[in-house]
Amino acid sequence: MNTLSKNQNLRRYLWPCAGLLVLLVINAIIAPEFFSIEFKDGRFYGSLIDVLNRAAPVALLAIGMSLVIATAGVDLSVGSIMAIAGAVSAYYITKGVDNLALIIGAGLIAGLIAGIVNGFLVGYMSIQPIVATLILMVAGRGIAQLINEGQIVTFDHSGFAFLGTGSFLGLPFPVVLVILTFVIVQLLTRRTALGLYIEAVGANPSASHYMGLNAKAIKMSVYCVAALCAALAGMIAAADIRGSDANNAGLWLELDAILAVVIGGASLMGGRFSIFLAIIGALIIQTLTVTIILSGIPPKFNLLIKASAIILVLLLQSPLFQKQLAQLKFRKPFTNNTSAPNKEVNNA
Amino acid sequence: MKGLFKTLTLAAAIGISATANAITVGFAQVGSESGWRTSFSESVKAEAEKRGITLKFSDAQQKQENQIKAVRSFIAQRVDAILIAPVVETGWQPVLMEAKRARIPVVILDRNVSVTDHSLYLTRIAPDFEVEGQRAASWLTEKTQGKCNILELQGTVGSSAALGRMKGFNETIAKFPETKIVRSQTAEFTRAKGKEVLETMLKAEGGGKNICAIWAHNDEMALGAIQAIKEAGLKPGKDILIVSVDAVDDALKAIVAGEINVSVELSPHLGGPAFDVINEYRGGKKEFDKWIRMGGAVYTADNAAAELTKRGVK
Repeated sequence: MNTLSKNQNLRRYLWPCAGLLVLLVINAIIAPEFFSIEFKDGRFYGSLIDVLNRAAPVALLAIGMSLVIATAGVDLSVGSIMAIAGAVSAYYITKGVDNLALIIGAGLIAGLIAGIVNGFLVGYMSIQPIVATLILMVAGRGIAQLINEGQIVTFDHSGFAFLGTGSFLGLPFPVVLVILTFVIVQLLTRRTALGLYIEAVGANPSASHYMGLNAKAIKMSVYCVAALCAALAGMIAAADIRGSDANNAGLWLELDAILAVVIGGASLMGGRFSIFLAIIGALIIQTLTVTIILSGIPPKFNLLIKASAIILVLLLQSPLFQKQLAQLKFRKPFTNNTSAPNKEVNNA
Repeated sequence: MKGLFKTLTLAAAIGISATANAITVGFAQVGSESGWRTSFSESVKAEAEKRGITLKFSDAQQKQENQIKAVRSFIAQRVDAILIAPVVETGWQPVLMEAKRARIPVVILDRNVSVTDHSLYLTRIAPDFEVEGQRAASWLTEKTQGKCNILELQGTVGSSAALGRMKGFNETIAKFPETKIVRSQTAEFTRAKGKEVLETMLKAEGGGKNICAIWAHNDEMALGAIQAIKEAGLKPGKDILIVSVDAVDDALKAIVAGEINVSVELSPHLGGPAFDVINEYRGGKKEFDKWIRMGGAVYTADNAAAELTKRGVK
């Protein structure tokens, strides 16, 4: 019994990691220098590091999204929350605030408020998550634009810019933030009962209700975590370009985050989740983007290639498809036998 | 009694002529998706106020159905003229016919409309994207004596700005066999994508040692590219030339700082010429060129600072 569940667990990790590996190998074939990493100006420098760095915002979103999806919810507003947090931070910097804690705090609080709104609508008002968060997805971008009067704001604040472009122990700082967030959320969900509660609420709401779980508070907390992750991602994105572009910051990234979670093998119906696999999912998406840029294929094919590769990864994960693939293997000698006489007939 | 009547008619006549001067114009704008778009809206509003024109402004939030609704409501309100900055080219024929039936002149700003009957609108006032591409390319080929390896950051795939600029640029560099685009990818007109895409391109090109210039379809992408070049340990504007389009304030500042070499202006001041056309139409002129071309001034280190002062930017 134990070995069986271990086997299943291994399988869960196998396919997303294999997918990532295949993409990395393809990249190495297209561009041999892909795996070369130099140590330059006190930081690692190379395409692999770029993949990690650029995947950071989506990885952060995916961490929060994993928890939300585990409760059978979805948060469409994270992209807009990114824009709000970036705009709020930029607003304070351009207004002359120099205290870094205040700037980052303001961005996080803006995110938290958005999370509370989502959590309230979903948890306490029982509005369907896709509708409840759609409200903030649309309105949030408007709010973000209002903050800086629809303008793209450029700022200069070396402390804040460190969030996006700094490095710590040779790693880009966004990557360090992802690792930190991963460790904190992983400890919270796996070293306490919280993770179990979240899965229970998603897998069987009525059973968990009879067990005395406070589903409302749990939902509120996951939407708040998702929004805080989004706010952090938004500040990284703004710090990276030293500017807040409310129109484009985080645009459609909610979909990438959902995709990352799904590639990581989670079910949108709720239940079991793995934050680690969601991050692998985010890395797959980013590696794919880099592959497309490196390959030099005309940009009009970008979306098509991305979609095809993702269908392939998802198909490989589907148990039904795996079964059919296995059957195909078994059938092979049989089909060879039947086709062989046919050939002879044709030849004759 | 008769005298009083006379003065009354006179007063009424004066009143009528006053209202005839103060015309009402409806403006169906796309939205406020970029800095350029915002300056475009602001410029039209400012120009209307200066001329004493009552402007009814509609922000369509990037949706054509909202624009069509706005135009219909302008027609219902019997405005004197309608300005449309279309979101997309297609689907305008029916609503333009409604405007024509109501005898309201329409002026198209910026993007084009595809209609079979070009009498449905007076004229289109818009920048010429191909000329922008040509001017950017001419500056670059002159500067490098026709020897240059270029990385291209394209705009949103299929957008008329990206297609036009690409065409103009490529036609001009085609005359120089040693000037070629070695890599080209879309960065969707945004700063963040510009930085990300260029970062990867530079690594794929061995750190950018053989690259002489970046050709970005807009300033936002160029501003992102500058940061990527700096992080790769090179000097933008010196080690790698930066050629761009738009000439927004941030880009002019970068030109003054020596980080962008050239930016071709995409004028957002389409309001003035549009109101001129409407005035001429009301004055009796019926035939206009179907395309009045705007912008295209080239800004380099020589004239960027002066333009910034002219724009009143600190």
